[in-house]
Amino acid sequence: MSKHHISTSINGESREFLCETRQTLLDVLRDELGMIGSKEGCSSGDCGACSVEVDGRLVCSCLVLGVEVDGKEISTIEGMADGENLHPLQTKFLEHAALQCGVCTPGFLVAAKSLLDRNPNPTETEVRYWLAGNLCRCTGYDKIVRAVMDAADEMRSAS
Amino acid sequence: MNYQSPETVDDAVAALSAAGAAGRVLAGGTDLLVQMRSGRRSPEHIVDVKNIPEMRSVTMTADGFRIGAAVAGAELGEQAQVIAEWPGVVEAFELIGSTQIQGRATLGGNLCNGSPAADSVPAMIAAGTIAVIAGPGGRREVPVEEIMTAPGQTSLGDGELVVEFMLPRRAPLSGDAYLRFIPRTEMDIAVVGAGVNLTVDSAGVCQSARVGLGAVAPTPLLVADAAAALVGSTLDDDALNKAAAAASAACNPINDKRGTVEYRVKVAGVLTRRAAKIAYDRARAHA
Ligand SMILES: Cc1cc2nc3c(=O)[nH]c(=O)nc-3n(C[C@H](O)[C@H](O)[C@H](O)COP(=O)(O)OP(=O)(O)OC[C@H]3O[C@@H](n4cnc5c(N)ncnc54)[C@H](O)[C@@H]3O)c2cc1C
Ligand code: FES
Ligand code: FES
Repeated sequence: MSKHHISTSINGESREFLCETRQTLLDVLRDELGMIGSKEGCSSGDCGACSVEVDGRLVCSCLVLGVEVDGKEISTIEGMADGENLHPLQTKFLEHAALQCGVCTPGFLVAAKSLLDRNPNPTETEVRYWLAGNLCRCTGYDKIVRAVMDAADEMRSAS
Repeated sequence: MNYQSPETVDDAVAALSAAGAAGRVLAGGTDLLVQMRSGRRSPEHIVDVKNIPEMRSVTMTADGFRIGAAVAGAELGEQAQVIAEWPGVVEAFELIGSTQIQGRATLGGNLCNGSPAADSVPAMIAAGTIAVIAGPGGRREVPVEEIMTAPGQTSLGDGELVVEFMLPRRAPLSGDAYLRFIPRTEMDIAVVGAGVNLTVDSAGVCQSARVGLGAVAPTPLLVADAAAALVGSTLDDDALNKAAAAASAACNPINDKRGTVEYRVKVAGVLTRRAAKIAYDRARAHA
């Protein structure tokens, strides 16, 4: 079967790729484009390690087909830092030790950024609900929530 | 496996009809992609309906709302007027999955996947929602409670798909609510779900009601007896007890790790009672 030719924009740069129908966006990012920041935890929508934004909506890239993103804009963890300058969320995750093994971290960061883009001043409860689809087996979540709250604080005072 | 992304309902119907049993609609993919991965479904022709404008829009007229079957939860959650008039339907839809799942999950997918525990379905049934179905023979309108026929199965024929859902405008002194019970607060499958929609008069006497139940039978149920127990009352304890008993009596649930038969039967009554109270308070506030 012939492959699909897909044109898309990833982190602001236009990208093209070939994929089979059954390949997910996560497969394409990792296997075809070498963008291995997005992680595969479950491939069933439960863990959030594969979180990306498609046209500004937070989604699990394991539950999107590569063919679906033709003409769409995608943001991944690779687009979060500005060169060597980490995003405030990334800095705060390091400061608060909000990661151990790090497998969940890209997904949490992408999801948290998507929250702060919409709501710069979330309550702790809002942060916890927004991130309920991201699982972490190491940190116990508390440090992650604190890091997000602290980053939100810093970003508000910076703007 | 091939993939098509038609831009009109007619083209989607043509693609589905040509594919026959090997074809399948793709909406948000949050059920279908999981099932394809596990091998439970292996469609040969995927017809993505998300590029059909009619199926992606929410429109409001003097008579009611038309909610495209492929509108995602996160999109409906931004429709202030629908939230104001149908809080129960919107809260049921928004309970589905996480933020990530909300970015993709649709009402059409929740219904047509055919899960007895689909959260939006009891709320849509209580609301009296009509599904608009398109197929090779044209369009037909079907009450939502007539779509699921068994777990994983629907009454849709070959080449048919759900285009949109119709909800009336909210009548004065009426309100709806949906409650579900799950073992944690997010990201789990309903043990029981209960939706109630009702109208009261200026004295607070219930004039009409509809009750929908999920996860307590092979398909979501419209429970006329529970609704009848509410009509004519001010939702006093006696009426609520009767409605709860009728809801419990309608159940024919499974035993599984989430809940025993006995537990589900009991909780169906409890949630019906609580959802009825919330709907009642909303109705009285909506003068
Ligand atoms: C992590 C996770 C959590 C979840 N939590 C919940 C939950 O709390 N409550 C709940 O109810 N569900 C839950 N689900 C299941 C799922 O997200 C919902 O059922 C969702 O509404 C499905 O919609 P979809 O658009 O993704 O459907 P899809 O996967 O695209 O489609 C599902 C089925 O319906 C068919 N279909 C879709 N649209 C149409 C149409 N317009 N006409 C005809 N057929 C159609 C498809 O062919 C397919 O068979 C969860 C899923 C995941 C992965
Ligand atoms: S890998 Fe996508 S949600 Fe777990
Ligand atoms: S840091 Fe290991 S899973 Fe979160």
